[in-house]
Amino acid sequence: MIEGILIGLNTALSLKNILMVVMGCFFGTIIGMLPGLGPMTAIALMIPITWGFDPATGLILMAGVYYGAVFGGSTSSILINAPGVPGTVATSFDGYPMAQQGKAGKALAIAAYSSFAGGTLAAIFLLFAAPSLSKVSLAFRSPDYFALMVLGLTAVSAFSSKGQFLKAMMMVVLGLMLASVGQDTLSDIPRFVFNNMNLSDGISFVLVVMATFAMSEALTIILKGADPTRASKAISLSELGSIRLDKTETKKMLKTIPRSSVLGFLIGVLPGAGATIASFLAYGMERNYVNQEEKQKFGKGSVHGLAAPETANNAACSGAFVPLLTLGIPGSGTTAVMLGALLGFGIQPGPRLYMTNPEIFWSVIMSMYIGMVILLILNLPLIPYIARILAVPRTFLIPMILFFSVTGIYLMSFNTFDIFLMIGIAVVATGLRLYKFPMPPLILAFVLGGLMEENLRRSLLISDGSFNFLWERPLTAIILALTILIMSWQAYLNFKNK
Amino acid sequence: MKISSVKIISLLFFVLSAFYLYTAYQIQVFAFDENAPFNAKTFPIYLGYVGMFLAGLKIILPEKIKEEVDHTVLDYKKVIFLVIIMIFYGLTILRAGFFLSTSLFLLFAYYFLGERRWKLMLAFSFPFVALFVFLLHGILDIYLRDPFLKLLGIIG
Repeated sequence: MIEGILIGLNTALSLKNILMVVMGCFFGTIIGMLPGLGPMTAIALMIPITWGFDPATGLILMAGVYYGAVFGGSTSSILINAPGVPGTVATSFDGYPMAQQGKAGKALAIAAYSSFAGGTLAAIFLLFAAPSLSKVSLAFRSPDYFALMVLGLTAVSAFSSKGQFLKAMMMVVLGLMLASVGQDTLSDIPRFVFNNMNLSDGISFVLVVMATFAMSEALTIILKGADPTRASKAISLSELGSIRLDKTETKKMLKTIPRSSVLGFLIGVLPGAGATIASFLAYGMERNYVNQEEKQKFGKGSVHGLAAPETANNAACSGAFVPLLTLGIPGSGTTAVMLGALLGFGIQPGPRLYMTNPEIFWSVIMSMYIGMVILLILNLPLIPYIARILAVPRTFLIPMILFFSVTGIYLMSFNTFDIFLMIGIAVVATGLRLYKFPMPPLILAFVLGGLMEENLRRSLLISDGSFNFLWERPLTAIILALTILIMSWQAYLNFKNK
Repeated sequence: MKISSVKIISLLFFVLSAFYLYTAYQIQVFAFDENAPFNAKTFPIYLGYVGMFLAGLKIILPEKIKEEVDHTVLDYKKVIFLVIIMIFYGLTILRAGFFLSTSLFLLFAYYFLGERRWKLMLAFSFPFVALFVFLLHGILDIYLRDPFLKLLGIIG
C-alpha cells in the first residue's frame, strides 16, 4: 500500500495535476454555487476538456470539480437559502439563519472546515477500504456483476426521489434503451439505427449527459422563469462578517465531525444513497446526540446543525468512489458520469484497476487530500469574491451554458447531427423534469447499459440460456435478494400511503 | 374523466417500449446465432417487455401525488426561441463557421432573454468567441472549420 501511496503522490503532486485540482475546485465551486446547476452539470461541462488529458489527470480534474461543486452548493445555501445541489439542502437549515444573524462569514468558515475534515477523514477511510474491497471483488463473476448492476439501478431509483420509484425505473429503462442504439459490441450488428449512419457508433455518452443535465437544466430555469441569482441581490456579498471561530464553536465542531464523517462515508458507499441522504441523516443524528439546550438551537443557527450535514456530504462524496474504483459500478449519477468518462479513456474501473492502472487508482485517492486542502485555501479567503458569481444575471448565464454544451459536443465529433440530437434529447428531458421524472437513473443506466448486457450475455452463455445463474452462487443470490427487498419496500410504501 | 399528464407520459412510454420491442424483434442476427442463448436482440427484447410492464403499472396504479404543472406560469415562448436559435446555430456552424454562428447565437440568446445592455452583449459575444477560437485554434491546436475566418485570412 505504501508503494501505491507513493505512486499516487507522485502522480497527484505533478504540477499539471495540482493545477487541474485547483482548476477543478474553482470551476466546481462556481457552478455548484448556482442554484439549479449541480456537480453533474459541472462535470458534464468538463468532459470535453478532459479528453485532451491522460486518464489520471482527467479523473483528478473531475474529482476536483465534484468536491468544489458540493462546497459551492453550501455557499449558496448559506448566503441566499438556495441550495445549489440537493446534498446541501440540510446545510441551509442552520447556515442561512446564521447568515441572517450577520454571521455569514462564520457559517461559511464552519462549512469549509467541516467539508475539509469530512472529506479528509473519508479519504483516509477510502485509502484503507478501497484496496481491501478490490481484493474481495476479484471473486465477483459475471452473474454477480449483473446482479450488482441491477441492485445499483434499483437503489438509485428508490432513493433518487421520494415516492417516484416507478418513474425512476422507467428512466432506467429509457437509459438502457438509449445505450442499446448502435452496433452490437460482439457481433457488430446494427441496432435501432434506422439506416442513419450517424447512429451506427451509438449515442455519445457526453451528448446524453450534456443534454439531460447542462442543457435541460438551463431550459428548465428559463421555462420556470426562475432567476438563480435573484436572491443574491438582497444581500451584500462583500460584507460577510468575520470568519474566525471561537473556542466553544471549535469544540462543538470537533465533536460533530468524526461521527458525521463515518456516517457520511458509509452512506456514500451504498449504491444510490449519496450526499443528500447522508447530509439529512447526519443532521437528524446530530440532533439526537446533542443535549436539550443545543437541540433548541437547531434550525436557528446551530453550529452542530451546520457542521453535521457539511461533514457528511463531503464524506459521502469520497464514499461514492469506493464502488466505482473497486467494482467499476458507480453508486450515484455523478460517479456514473465519471465512469463514462473513464470508459471513454479506454479504462475499465474495477477490481483490476488497482493492479493494472495503480497510478489512476492511487492518484485519485491522493488528489482527494490535495483537493480538500486546496478547497480550504481557496474558499476561506476567496469566498466573498467567488460569491459574486451569484450576481451574474441569467441573461448571460443561460446562453453561456448552452454555448458550452453545444460547443462541447461539436468539438468532439464536428458533426451537426449530434447538435440536433442533443437539442432533441434536452427538450424531452426538460418535459420529463417538469413532471418529476428523475434524470440520474437514466444516466446511470446509460453508462451501465453496455456492461450490463455484456455480463448478462456471459452469464446466459455459461448457464446455457437458463436463468439459474441468478441463484446458483450465494453471492448473486444475496445481491438479488437485496434488490427484491428494495423493490418490496417501495411497493409497501406505495400501498401504505394510499 | 381527466387523465393526468404523468399518465399520458406513461402511455407514450408504453407506445415507445412497444415500438422498441417491435424493432428489437426485427434485428437481423446471423443465422448461426438465431437459436443461441444470447444474441444481439435478446437484451433489447427484455428491455422492451420491462418498459411496457413498468409503463403499464404506472398507467394502471392510482397516483399518490398528483404532479400537475401550471402551464400558464411557464415561459414557453423563450424556451421555443432558444431552441430555434440553437437549431439555427447547428445549421450554420459548418456553413458560416464557428466564429460567426457562435457570436450571433450568443447575441440573439442574450437579447431574447431580455438583456438590453448592448456593450456587455457585444463584449460577451464577438470578442469572447474570438478569445475562445484563439484558445482552441491557436493554443490547443484544435482545427476549426471556419469559412468566414478563412475568408478574412485569419485561419488557414
